[in-house]
Amino acid sequence: MSLNLLLVWPLLTVLVMLAAKTVRQTRVLALMGAVCQLLLCAVLLYSYQAERAAGNTAAFLFEENHSWYAALQIRYHIGVDGMSVAMILLTAVVVLAGVLVSWRQTVLGREFFFLLMFLSVGAYGFFISLDLFTLFFFLELAVIPKFLLIGIWGSGQKNYSAMKLALLLMGGSALIFVGLTGLYFNAATPGFDMTVLAAHPVSAATQRFFFPFLFAGFGIFTALFPFHTWVPDGHSSAPTAASMFLAGISMKLGGYGCLRAAIWLMPAAAQEYSWVIVLLATIAILYGAFATMMQTDLKYINAYSSVSHCGFVLLGIGMLTKTAVTGAILQMVSHGLMTALFFAAIGMVYDRTHTRLVSRLGGLLRIMPFMSIVFVVAGLCSLGLPGLSGFVAEMTVFMGAWQRQGMGYHLATLAAAASIVVTAVYILRAVGKVIMGPVAAGEHLSLKDASWNERLAAILLLAGIIAIGFAPGWLVGLTEPSAGHLLQQTGDVLTPH
Amino acid sequence: MNYAVYIPLIPLLPLVGFILAGGLGKKYLRSFSGTLCTGIMLVVTLLSLYTAWRYFMADGQWNGVYQKITAVQVSWLEFSPGVGIDMGIVLDPISVMMLVVVSVVSLMVHCFSLGYMKGEDRYSTYYAFLGLFTFSMLGLVVAVNIFQIYMFWELVGVSSYLLIGFYYQKPAAVAAAKKAFIVTRFADLGFLVGILILGIQGQTLNFDTLIQRLTDTQSARFMAITTGSFLGVSLLTWALALVFAGGAGKSAMFPLHIWLPDAMEGPTPVSALIHAATMVVAGVYLIARLFPLFALNAVVLELITWIGVLSAVFAAVIACTQTDIKRVLAYSTMSQIGYMMFALGIAAADGHGYTASLFHLFTHAFFKSLLFLGAGAVIHWVHSNDMKDMGGLRKLMPLTHICFLIACLAIAGIPPFAGFFSKEGILLAAWENNRVVYYIALLTSGLTAFYMFRLYFSIFWRKPADGGHTHSEGTWTMKLPLVLLAALSTGAGFIPFAHYVTPDGRGRTEHLHLLFSIAPVLLALCGIGIAAWLFKKASAQPVKLAQQLGGLYRAAAQRFYIDEVYMFITKKIIFKGIGRPAAWIDKHIVDGLMNGIASATAGLSARIRGLQSGRVQDYALYFFGGIITLAIVLLYVWR
Repeated sequence: MSLNLLLVWPLLTVLVMLAAKTVRQTRVLALMGAVCQLLLCAVLLYSYQAERAAGNTAAFLFEENHSWYAALQIRYHIGVDGMSVAMILLTAVVVLAGVLVSWRQTVLGREFFFLLMFLSVGAYGFFISLDLFTLFFFLELAVIPKFLLIGIWGSGQKNYSAMKLALLLMGGSALIFVGLTGLYFNAATPGFDMTVLAAHPVSAATQRFFFPFLFAGFGIFTALFPFHTWVPDGHSSAPTAASMFLAGISMKLGGYGCLRAAIWLMPAAAQEYSWVIVLLATIAILYGAFATMMQTDLKYINAYSSVSHCGFVLLGIGMLTKTAVTGAILQMVSHGLMTALFFAAIGMVYDRTHTRLVSRLGGLLRIMPFMSIVFVVAGLCSLGLPGLSGFVAEMTVFMGAWQRQGMGYHLATLAAAASIVVTAVYILRAVGKVIMGPVAAGEHLSLKDASWNERLAAILLLAGIIAIGFAPGWLVGLTEPSAGHLLQQTGDVLTPH
Repeated sequence: MNYAVYIPLIPLLPLVGFILAGGLGKKYLRSFSGTLCTGIMLVVTLLSLYTAWRYFMADGQWNGVYQKITAVQVSWLEFSPGVGIDMGIVLDPISVMMLVVVSVVSLMVHCFSLGYMKGEDRYSTYYAFLGLFTFSMLGLVVAVNIFQIYMFWELVGVSSYLLIGFYYQKPAAVAAAKKAFIVTRFADLGFLVGILILGIQGQTLNFDTLIQRLTDTQSARFMAITTGSFLGVSLLTWALALVFAGGAGKSAMFPLHIWLPDAMEGPTPVSALIHAATMVVAGVYLIARLFPLFALNAVVLELITWIGVLSAVFAAVIACTQTDIKRVLAYSTMSQIGYMMFALGIAAADGHGYTASLFHLFTHAFFKSLLFLGAGAVIHWVHSNDMKDMGGLRKLMPLTHICFLIACLAIAGIPPFAGFFSKEGILLAAWENNRVVYYIALLTSGLTAFYMFRLYFSIFWRKPADGGHTHSEGTWTMKLPLVLLAALSTGAGFIPFAHYVTPDGRGRTEHLHLLFSIAPVLLALCGIGIAAWLFKKASAQPVKLAQQLGGLYRAAAQRFYIDEVYMFITKKIIFKGIGRPAAWIDKHIVDGLMNGIASATAGLSARIRGLQSGRVQDYALYFFGGIITLAIVLLYVWR
């Protein structure tokens, strides 16, 4: 299939939405657009698997390569490997769930749905790009709507948060820009084509200099310590769907970029800086988990826990073994689904009770059983219960991390593994107070459980979580070869016994 | 019929029950969900019994040795070539034995709950959770892969969490559920790290291959795992000690036992199933499953032995002082599991301890679940857990009284009840292998008899029977399990267990040593006698005695202040010492730095705003200044 469809379809949806007159029409169009996106992605998955089954072993499938801006050798080069397909699927699921939970968005509803759709264009474009500049272009395309979504529809100190998020992400983009110009000018033949850059890596000295720019730049997107502070404020001020996007997709742009641009294109530097990445990731995992333990606002709890969980993505990347990198990709998908589900549940609570403070909530299981079950399952996924996706991802990261030789790496793995206890503490505290226990306020008793659109969104995300948790084989089979391909030049640092 | 055809039904049917009762229970099935789930369990139990009969009597043996039969094995998730999670079902003496124990006790509990939980608001949810637990526990015992065991291990943990917190509006239940999950999670962390070490060193996660590779003392892998060390201790020792830590957490061994007494907040039948007969013995089962590895490591065996002995005596002392009947039973469970643990610890030389340990696991499951169900019937009657509110119930609840008495005699080790045989086996193994352990265990068996009969007399005697209550003891669904379990507690001891379960699969015939049995039985009778003297009639004796014991009694009644130590560690050290600083640093230092940069930038731009004067000549000046500076830099400095 043609990958252009992934860009054309959301853009068409956006254009048609411009013609819509009412919020009602807009949201129906958005929903139809999102459903078609999901179908499109299912077709993509199917045709990708069919190609692979037919024995096509090319690194990237459905490639297209056109010159875009010849003067700077910028090309419109697109193609997908297993990792991209997985991330595209994730995007489609989260977009659809996001549209569903925002169904009752009435304030500036047209603009809201418009921006949501626009975000998806950026994300799809990012995941199919094989040209560094195109990649960067789509990354930027995805940042701006977020700023607006938080600034306009947010809550709390929304201006501060929106500004903070935009500045930090723009800072990240600036670092990425330095990195990509560095690669451009130092390549054997100046160009942005990643397949070429990966085949002929720049010299080790250049890599050593520019690797931190690219890695840290993308790292900021995925909450690399100590640049994670946009995450809690950004999430907590964002409207529900924007939080879902931010944590479910945007943070994944970072992890994907770290792998695709930094690790793949600069294998020597990846080896060299591996210990730094592992160190920062371990700090993020533990520190994020301990900071979560002290939070009192549900959104802050999920935001800090995202810092901790995205630490697993970075840990897997930093370990540079095929298993660990596969685990990192699995964790991106799993965390994307899980955190979107969590934010959806928190959104349901907030819409009804108008508070997110753990201390003001209680006994919701009695009042809103469906919402409570969703909340508990998201929590259990977060603490790594077998049968849900979090377990598969975390265990793959641990196994892969433990394969890496060296005492320091083992200790990092141990420290990261210790976080599973802290995670249990903060999740069960939240569940114990919010879902179980006595009802906090009498007026909560009359609240309604989830509406049909919220139920559909939750079921969609739950289905993804359970599909990975029960039968992880298909996703591992999809992503593992691309992890191997990404590490081809790095050399799997695992020395077998 | 081939095993592979029907065996998967044994764990999967309860999962079906979970899905049906959980998904349709509330709206459609309602009170039928209990009957449905009990029916499913009946089928599962029959299948398990059929499997046991076939395995032990017909096709399990080959050349006089019980074989490991892998009925099903599929790859579920592969990490790297050869290292992955396989899901499967293995049949060997211990897994088949556990299938029977789990399904029988689960069926009894399902049946008992039909009456006990009747009219409960979340009746179908309760049955759904029971189904989830039974599925997980059955999946655990038939595991072919160490990671498979870990997965089901976590699943039984979460079902236990859900069931302890079943009365979710009660803060104590919520706290207990949380505590149980977190303490066992902490232990599971050890288990997980142990798996990582074993898996990477052995390059496999399947039990068979793993054991084969790491017990071959000539192989390079064995050399690598025994010579590689961390902090002066070999990797194998670390791995096994960590796996044992996981087992100790689930099995409530000292000092990870603190969750078990609190777990009694759950409905009583749940305590009978999870916290007496099945989940809490998972630790013992895990050690038994990996026994060939443990047998080669004297250090870890020593650790297991002493943790087991300590838990046995420690819990027995506490049990003598508790007044909540479920807590007495909880400490008693901990004490009995201590027996099973140390029996495994001393089993390396001749394997007698191994057989005795699993035999005790087997008999204990029946009489302890009977005790809990009996306690449930009593609690159902008096609406209280406290001994103070009980007394003189023997006439009012004759059936419960007889069953409870049988269970008490069984646990006290009085012949011919089941506990006698298994406990004798353990004591005998201790006598042959470690005398210190033997004497402590002997003393503990006296204590056991004392605290069990303290319980018995306090519930059924002490006060004169008052005829106020007229309602019946309970429905037949509640009585039937009591009778069946009482029968098992009486007869299970006569099974020639050593014939079936030994470390090497070769059956043995064990003889009773009547002379050897004199001391323990006499001691048990002493314990019963003292209990009768103190508690059969209401008197001031117990209080006086408690006062005479002074500090020791108070310490035991306060559970030796272990909970307080944990409180201190979690509240003061983890929350105040780590959590709060982490949150503070994040808000004030890391984020403060970001805000600082932002305001510094804003401040700087406010200062240099004047540069944008709008006068062309100023710009020209900057422009040429810039060019000159660049030229100097490029020409002289850079080069």
